[in-house]
Amino acid sequence: MQQIGGNIVNEPMTAPVDRGERIDTSAVRNRRILINVLRVLLLVIIIGGWELATRVGIIDSFFWGQPSGIWAQIVTWVTKGTALGSLWEQIAVTLEETVLGFIIGVVLGVISGVVLGRNRFLADVLGPYIKAGNSIPRVVLGSIFLIGLGLGIQSKVALAVVLVFFIVFFNAFQGVREADRNLLANARILGASQLQVTTQVILPSALTWIIASLHTSFSFALVGAVVGEFLGSTEGLGLLIQNAQNTFNANGVFAAMVILAAVALLSEFLITRLENSLIRWRPNTVSDVTF
Amino acid sequence: MNITVPMIDTDARSQRMPNSTAPAIELENVTKRFRTPNGQSYTALRDLSMSVAPGEFCAVVGPTGCGKSTTLGLISGLDRPSGGSVRVMGKPVQGIDPAIGYVFQSDAVFPWKNVLSNVAAGPLFRGQPKKKAMQQAREWIARVGLAGFEDRYPHQLSGGMRKRVALAQTFINEPQILLMDEPFSALDVQTRTLMEDELLNMWSSLKASVVFVTHDLEEAISLADRVFVLTAGPATVKGVYTIDLPRPRNVAEIRFEPRFVQLYQEIWEDLRNEVMISYERTKQQGGQ
Repeated sequence: MQQIGGNIVNEPMTAPVDRGERIDTSAVRNRRILINVLRVLLLVIIIGGWELATRVGIIDSFFWGQPSGIWAQIVTWVTKGTALGSLWEQIAVTLEETVLGFIIGVVLGVISGVVLGRNRFLADVLGPYIKAGNSIPRVVLGSIFLIGLGLGIQSKVALAVVLVFFIVFFNAFQGVREADRNLLANARILGASQLQVTTQVILPSALTWIIASLHTSFSFALVGAVVGEFLGSTEGLGLLIQNAQNTFNANGVFAAMVILAAVALLSEFLITRLENSLIRWRPNTVSDVTF
Repeated sequence: MNITVPMIDTDARSQRMPNSTAPAIELENVTKRFRTPNGQSYTALRDLSMSVAPGEFCAVVGPTGCGKSTTLGLISGLDRPSGGSVRVMGKPVQGIDPAIGYVFQSDAVFPWKNVLSNVAAGPLFRGQPKKKAMQQAREWIARVGLAGFEDRYPHQLSGGMRKRVALAQTFINEPQILLMDEPFSALDVQTRTLMEDELLNMWSSLKASVVFVTHDLEEAISLADRVFVLTAGPATVKGVYTIDLPRPRNVAEIRFEPRFVQLYQEIWEDLRNEVMISYERTKQQGGQ
């Protein structure tokens, strides 16, 4: 793979596969323009309607917030900082908890999924406990972690890990189980050891499943971090929301929500990039429905 | 059946391989039972005996689902017999022998590896240095006519090309025993004939013993030295036919020769009954 130059990559070839080659006819372009215009229009109607309704007095902006107020709140936080200190610091703290929880949860989930997927006996022994563990509303564990690990970052990371772990675990487990028996047999005949079968056949075939779970599990990591901060912390976006809530600042809650959404969207973008680079071998079956 | 020859006819083979008289593959009264999901036992093979001489090309034909693939699984060591013995090159099969190559019916190339890595997989698994493995892989890719496609992924290739990758992937390990499970059944007729010719070429230079499972009698006769006809499941050997057509053969044309037609008729006579039995059985099962 390494020694190959990219000399024939874009040659026409006998087997037709045009991954993502755009057929840019004007009809397609017009459709895309229409879609974008309608999207913006929808946003304007919702935000504008909300703003209008509060100004006219149909909706009480004290309880339900107001778009202009939310914007003003964000501007204040960015320019003057929050009651807890700089906004960026709060974002950084929450992000740190999220990313740490996400990475630890993913690694543990993948390892456990592969081990149990490969070992039927172990899977049968542990199966009921895993099902039970999964059915617990795990957010409640946040309180335990807070008591056990304190107000610092550890309790939030732990909560994020617990939330992420099960999602990734079940996907990895399923991915391992779904690995093509023919491919496994072929690898063994070609001379692969058990370890080589795991790393070169099982893992790549489970990767599609694992990566699909990363999208959901990152948002769960974010939920873990923010809920952890709700329950008790000294900094972070969750605390910012809680402060806003305690002072009846609806705009503050919404403003923090907007910031969280931006963080989630950015991470989603990065995970999609990772996905595309990791499973490049896959035919382009992923439709272009983007939400 | 006056054509049926004794199971072990070493004298015909010994001319090709003078040094080894022991069969390369030997199955003796092999029985294989599977447990069905509802707890019952299903017998796929019963008292099946066959032997393949070193360098011999054997084809196995039989009705669909009669246990042809099961036989290959036992020889390869992927599966164990419930009774009887399976020996490869004189030794009882225990695990997967490195001397064995196996071409599967469905696509078994790794979809996440490009052509070069797919072909180099065998030598790399077996601990060869990367540079040498890649070098060898390039040679084999060129031999199967895929030079220039080294960095393509399997989904970017046609069915015939993927089969070539599978052949190169198997042949690069230089197997002495080559097991093929209906390898060309998914290909169109033209591609298939080409691949059959190519297989014969590669086989003649490799001198491997081949067990080629197929449901296509024409394919069996045009490729093989001997054809084994299996009964409808549980499978056992019904008849063995020596194909005395001269080599090298041209697969596309050999089927028009009178001797070919004659052999075809003889073997088909034998096979037809089994196909009918198997057909009636499936109909009954469907009616239940």
